[in-house]
Amino acid sequence: MTPHPRAELFLWAAQRVTAVFLAFFVLVHLATIVYAVRGGLTAAEILARTHSSLVIPFFYLFFVLAASIHGAIGLRNVAAEWLGWRGASADAAVSLVGLALLALGLRAVLAVAA
Amino acid sequence: MEHLQVDVWRGGAEGSYQRFEVPRRASQTVLDVVTHIQRFIDPTLAYRFACRVGMCGSCAMMVNGKPRWTCRTHVDKVARDAALTLAPLANMPVVRDLVADMREFFDKWGRARGQFVPTRTRHQEFARVDPRSSARREADAAIECIGCGICYAACDVVRWNPDYLGPAALNRAWTLQNDARDGAHAARLEAVSGDAGCHSCHTQMSCTEFCPKRLSPTRSIAGLKRESLWSFLQPGSRKP
Repeated sequence: MTPHPRAELFLWAAQRVTAVFLAFFVLVHLATIVYAVRGGLTAAEILARTHSSLVIPFFYLFFVLAASIHGAIGLRNVAAEWLGWRGASADAAVSLVGLALLALGLRAVLAVAA
Repeated sequence: MEHLQVDVWRGGAEGSYQRFEVPRRASQTVLDVVTHIQRFIDPTLAYRFACRVGMCGSCAMMVNGKPRWTCRTHVDKVARDAALTLAPLANMPVVRDLVADMREFFDKWGRARGQFVPTRTRHQEFARVDPRSSARREADAAIECIGCGICYAACDVVRWNPDYLGPAALNRAWTLQNDARDGAHAARLEAVSGDAGCHSCHTQMSCTEFCPKRLSPTRSIAGLKRESLWSFLQPGSRKP
């Protein structure tokens, strides 16, 4: 049994809340793709659009935050249930994965924003 | 006379299936089949039953791989090509043959704070609970559990996480969370939260699918999740 029910509850709630945001982000993201590829797809065209807007970098900043939180907690559950891997070592491993996702995502956001 | 081919688990955790030929009868239940084997073929067969009418919850076992109350399960409904495979309830240690060890199952009711905690003494007035109140109706929907362990044997989360309290214990906790006379709501909510509690439920609904009393532990667990989230967002308060 877990010694920190409230911490577990916090992670559970955080995963649900990020899921709600992700549902919105993914829909907007997909709609943007469908719209953007109508006249062919080039890096220059994408960068022209992202550079011209402040909304897009912030949109993807929050997208990346939500995805890394949601993904890390989900992997923690998969590790616990399917591999029986629980406790400090599992928490450390999924935290690293979450941070890696965050770093890669933020790098991409910076690349299209700057 | 027609016969049933019945493979019965013999032994403890280690063991094997033993085949018996049992005469087929009209309106025969799976419990009738097991009783026939024990009375007329092999008196050393261990199994458990008491009421035979679906009240006591003691005769549950795995029938062709699915958990069932055997006293109310007709052979007609479950036999495949006149064959049955019987095993003790899954997700519990085996005592012997068809008898599963239910101690952990019931200990978890205790860990989920499944005990009623009174707030009045015998010297006070009876509590008045409106039968039409939403809390009373929530409790009603979940209260007919007979403790047979079928939901627990059907639950994948129990199999993945042996600490998981399981559908029956959480269902019991939910009836008490809706009991206006109970004085341990906050402590119980804490007890059913977290990795071993309601938040581990994947809503696969096996418990609800197999519950012989047609209860929905899934619904009760969802209620606990809702209430715990509410208490998390607004500490010190209960659900709206």
